[in-house]
Amino acid sequence: MKKVYQHLFGGNEGALGLVILAIILAVILPASLDIFRLNLVGKYISYAFVAVGLVLLWGNTGVLSLGQGIFFGLGGYCMAMFLKLEASDPISTKIQSTPGIPDFMDWNQLTHLPALWVPFKSFPFALFAIVALPALLAYILGTAMFKRRVGGVYFAVITQAVALIVSLGIDGNQGYTGGRNGITDLRTLLGWDIRTKSAQYTLYYVAVALLIGCILVGRIVLSTRMGRVLLAMKEREDRVRFSGYDVANFKVFVFCLAAAMSALGGAMFVLQVGFISPSLVGIVPSIEMVIFAAVGGKMSLLGAVYGTLVVNTGKSLFSETFPQLWLFLMGGLFIAVVMFFPNGLAGLWVVVRERLPGLKRRVIRTAVSAATQSAVIPAKLANSEGGE
Amino acid sequence: MIILAYSASEIWSILVMQGFAGLSLFSVLLLMALGLAIIFGQMGVVNLAHGEFMALGAYIVYLCSEVVQNHMPSLAPYYFVIAIVVAFLVAGIVGAGVEWGMMRFLYRRPLDTLLATWGLSLIMQQTFRSIFGAREVTPTLPEWLMGSFKPTQNIDIPINGVFVMALSLLLTGGITLFMFKSRTGLHIRATMQNRAMSGAVGINTGLVDRFTFALGCGIAGVAGAAFTTIGSTGPDSGQRYIVDTFLVVVFGGSASLLGTVASAFGIAQGQSISEFFLEGTMGKVATLMGIVAILMLRPQGLFPSKVRV
Amino acid sequence: MPRRRFLAASAALLLAASLGVQAEDYPTAKVNTTGLAVTDTTVTVGQLHSATGTMAISETGSIEAEQLAIDQINAAGGVLGRQIKVIKEDGASDWPTFAEKAKKLLVNDKVASVFGCWTSASRKAVLPVFEKENGMLYYPTFYEGLEQSKNVIYTGQEATQQILAGLDWICKEKHAKTFYLIGSDYIWPRTSNKIARKHIENVLKGTVVGEEYYALGQTQFGSLINKIKLKKPDVIYAIVVGGSNVSFYKQLKAAGITSDKQTLLTISVTEDEALGIGGENLKGFYSAMKYFQSLQNANNPDFVKAFKAKYGEKSVIGDVTQAAYLGPWLWKMACEKAGSFDVDKIAAASPGIEFTKAPEGYVKIHDNHHLWSKLRIGQWQADGQAKVLYESDLIEPNPFPKGYQ
Repeated sequence: MKKVYQHLFGGNEGALGLVILAIILAVILPASLDIFRLNLVGKYISYAFVAVGLVLLWGNTGVLSLGQGIFFGLGGYCMAMFLKLEASDPISTKIQSTPGIPDFMDWNQLTHLPALWVPFKSFPFALFAIVALPALLAYILGTAMFKRRVGGVYFAVITQAVALIVSLGIDGNQGYTGGRNGITDLRTLLGWDIRTKSAQYTLYYVAVALLIGCILVGRIVLSTRMGRVLLAMKEREDRVRFSGYDVANFKVFVFCLAAAMSALGGAMFVLQVGFISPSLVGIVPSIEMVIFAAVGGKMSLLGAVYGTLVVNTGKSLFSETFPQLWLFLMGGLFIAVVMFFPNGLAGLWVVVRERLPGLKRRVIRTAVSAATQSAVIPAKLANSEGGE
Repeated sequence: MIILAYSASEIWSILVMQGFAGLSLFSVLLLMALGLAIIFGQMGVVNLAHGEFMALGAYIVYLCSEVVQNHMPSLAPYYFVIAIVVAFLVAGIVGAGVEWGMMRFLYRRPLDTLLATWGLSLIMQQTFRSIFGAREVTPTLPEWLMGSFKPTQNIDIPINGVFVMALSLLLTGGITLFMFKSRTGLHIRATMQNRAMSGAVGINTGLVDRFTFALGCGIAGVAGAAFTTIGSTGPDSGQRYIVDTFLVVVFGGSASLLGTVASAFGIAQGQSISEFFLEGTMGKVATLMGIVAILMLRPQGLFPSKVRV
Repeated sequence: MPRRRFLAASAALLLAASLGVQAEDYPTAKVNTTGLAVTDTTVTVGQLHSATGTMAISETGSIEAEQLAIDQINAAGGVLGRQIKVIKEDGASDWPTFAEKAKKLLVNDKVASVFGCWTSASRKAVLPVFEKENGMLYYPTFYEGLEQSKNVIYTGQEATQQILAGLDWICKEKHAKTFYLIGSDYIWPRTSNKIARKHIENVLKGTVVGEEYYALGQTQFGSLINKIKLKKPDVIYAIVVGGSNVSFYKQLKAAGITSDKQTLLTISVTEDEALGIGGENLKGFYSAMKYFQSLQNANNPDFVKAFKAKYGEKSVIGDVTQAAYLGPWLWKMACEKAGSFDVDKIAAASPGIEFTKAPEGYVKIHDNHHLWSKLRIGQWQADGQAKVLYESDLIEPNPFPKGYQ
C-alpha cells in the first residue's frame, strides 16, 4: 500500500501538490468564475493534456516534438466527426441537396458519405479512434525514426514537417475534412446538448478528472523503473544502450503515450468549444503547446498544468487590452524560460522552498541574537558595574 | 492533370520552361538554405528565426527603395544592388548582436535554441508589424528587372528568375571560396571540427562563432532581398519559408555545402514536376511526404558527416 | 398676420420634432426587452475583426469603414435617440478566437449587434454562437453563398451575384470560349469556381480547359504559368487570395502574360489588393465587384471624401470596405423600422429595407438577409484604381442556386 502511495502520489509532498491542484481546478475556479470564463479555462485544460504529455516526452525522455498539434488535432477531428454525423441526421439537413450528410460535404457536391466517415457513426468506435489513431501514427513515426537513432533537432524538424503535411492535407481536402473552415456547428453528444450551461459545467469537470487521471498515469510511468531509464536516456543515451536496454522501444512507448494524451485533450477541446479546425493542427499551435510545458517546468507534471493556465490566461487578458504587446511578451517568455528559468515555474517553486528553511533559520537566528544581545549587554553592564 | 495531344514544339517548350521553373525554384531554395546550412552545419545551432532575417533583408530593400524614391530619384535604376549589400550588412550586424546576447549561451543545448529562436522570431515579427504595419509592402523594382527574355515565341524566361539564379550561384561560389581558401574560412572549419583544439592553437572560437552566425544571417538577408523580386513582404513572410528551408538543410545532411546544393536541387525539381502533374496543393503535399519518407529511410540526409559528433 | 405666425410656429415645431428622434419617444423598457446593453442615452454594439495576424491587412478597411459609419450616425443623432458605443474585439486571424470573442460580446457584453468577420472560416466559427445566443451579425465580405441565417445580414455579394453577370459580360465582350479557372485552396474559390464552371459549360456553352488550386501563402506559380501558356485560354478566371496575389500577378507579368495578350477576370482583387500588387502589374485586367472607389454616382464622391478626410489621402476603399460601411446604416434603419433593438424584431423588420444613400448607389435587403445589388466590371489602371466599364441591373441574391450545385 505504501508503495502505491509512493508511486502514484509521489509521497506526502506529491500528494499534497496533487490535492492542491485538484482543489483549485475543481472547487476554487468553478466557484469564482462565471460560466464564460470557466469554459475558457476548460479550453486551457484541454491544452494541458498536451503539456503533460510533453513533460513525459521532452522533460523526462529528452525528445522534443514540435508536432504534438497533429495528435491533438487527430483526437479532435475524430470526436468532431462523430458529433457532426450526429448533427447531420436527415431531418435537420433536409434543406441540403443531399440530406443526411454534413453540410460542408453538401457544399462540395458530395452525394454520399465517404467510406472514411462511416465507422464514426458509432460512439464506441469514435472513442476508440480518438486514442488509437494518434497512437498508431505515433508508433509508425516513432519506430521509423527512433530505430534509426534520429533524435534531437532532426526529429523536431521532421515533426514540424509532418505537422505541416497534416494541416495542408486537411486544408486541401475540403470535401472530406471541411478544409480550412474545419468542422463547425456541433450540437449534441448522444442526444445530450453540449452547448447548454449545465453541459459546459459537466464537461469541465470531466476534463479536469481526465487530466488528473493523465497526471496519475504519468506519475506511475515516472516512478517505476521505466522512469529512471527514461531519465537516464535523456542524460546519456549511449550508456543506457550499452547497458542492454532497447532505447528505441522506450522512446516509441513514451511518444505514443504523449500522443494519446494529446488526443484526449483534442477530444475534450471539441466538446467544450464546439468545433475543430486545421489551425489547431499546424506548426504554430504545436510550438505554443511546448511553451506551456516549458513555462510550467518541463520536468513537472503539475507544473505543466499551471504553465498552461498561466500562459493562456495571459494571452486572453493581454490580447484584449494590448494586442500589439502580447507577441513581444510571448517571444520574450520563450527566451526567458530557456535562458533563465529552464525548469519553469516548478523550478522557481523548488528554489523558494529550498531557500525557505534557510530564510526561516536566518530570521529566527537574527531574532534570537537580537533578543539575546539585549539580554547580554545589560548583564555585562551589570557585571562590569558590579565586581572589581 | 494528364498531358495529352501536345505538339513536339510545345513539349519542347514545356520542358524548357518547366526546367527553368525548376532551376528558379532551386536557386530560391538554395539562397534560403545556404545561410541556415552554415549556421546549422558549422555550429549545430538551429535558428527558427531564419525566416525573419530574410524578411529583415526584404524590409531593408523596401526602406532603401523608399529613400531613393523620395530623395534621390536619379539613383533609381542602380539602387537595387546597393540595397542588397545594405541588407546583407544590416542582417549580419543584427545576427551578431543576437549571437552575443542570446545564442552564445545556448550552444550545448540545441533543443533549447529551437525554442529561444522561435521566441526571437515572434519578437521580430511583431517589430516588423509595429514599424511597417500589417499590410504587405513591395519596393519599387528597377525596370531592368522586370519583363522576360523571349528566345523563341513560346518560351519566356523571366528576368528576375535569372537574377535570382545568378545571385545564388555567385553567393554559393563566394561562400565556398571563402570557406576553403581564406584564413577566416580555415578558422571556421577548424572550430567546427574540433573546438577545444582550435582554442588551444589560439583561434578565438567565440569570435569565430559570432562571425559565422552573422554570416549566416547576412546571407538570409540577401535571400530576403532577392525575394522582393518575386513576392511582397509582410510581417509573416518569414513563416512561409521556414519549414521548406529546414527540410532542405536536414535533407542535405548538415555537414556540407554540397549536400545543401544537391538537396535544394532535388527538392526543387521534385516539387516542380509534381506541381505540374498534380494539382497545386497536392503537389506540395506529395513533395513533403516524399522528403519525409526518404528522411525516415536515411535520416542523416544525403551527405552526412562522416564523423560521429 | 396671425395665420402666418401660426404657420411659422407650427413649421418651427415640426422642424424641431423632425430634427432628431428623441430618446423619450423610445423608452428603454420598450425598445429593449431582451436585456441588451441599452441605456436611455446609449446603445452598445460590438466589432469583431482581426486587428492582428494574417487577415489584419484585409480587415483594417472594414474596421475603419464601420467606425466612420458609426461616427456619422452618432453625429446625426444616433439610433432611436441613443449614441452608439463600440466594444472592439480582436479575432487575431484565429477562428477559435473569433468564436470565443463572439461569445464574450453576446453573453458578457450583451451588445445589440455585431459588425464583423471577413473570411468564411471565421463566419462559420461564430455562426453557431450567434444562432444560439440570438445575436445579429453584419457580415461584409463577398462569399460563396450556400448559407442563410436569421441572425446574419450579409452585406457583401454572394457568389451568383458576383460570378454570373461577370462571366456573361466577358463572354459577350471578348467572345470567350475557353476558360482556365484558378483559385486559392479553400471553400470560397472552390465553390465559386464550381458555380463558374456550371455557368460556362451549361449556359455559355464554353469549355473549362483547366482548374487548379494553390495553398494560401503559395508564392511559386512557375508551373501554373507554364500550363496556362500551353493551354492558351481565352480567359483566365482567377480567385487568388491574400499574399499569393502579389506573387501571382508579378510572375504573370514577368512571364510576359499581360492584358494586351491575355484576358483575365478576377473576383478577388479590390483596391486593397491592388495597392499591394501594384497597378502596373494589374493594368488591363478586369475585376467583377459591386463597388469600385472610382464609381461616379450621387453618393460615392462624398463617401470617398469623408473616408479620406478621416483616414488619410492615400486611403483606398475596396468592395468589402464599402460593404462594411453599409452595416451600421442598415442596422440603424432596421431598429427604426422595428422601433426596437431586440434582435427578433430587427430580423423581422430588415427585409425590404432600402438604403438609397449607399456609396454603391442603392441596395435593398432581401427576405434571405442578403442584398439586392448591382454588379460592375472594372478595368485596372496603372494607378491602382479601376475604370468602371459595365454596370448590371439589380441582381436578386440567391444563395442556394438551383442547377449550380
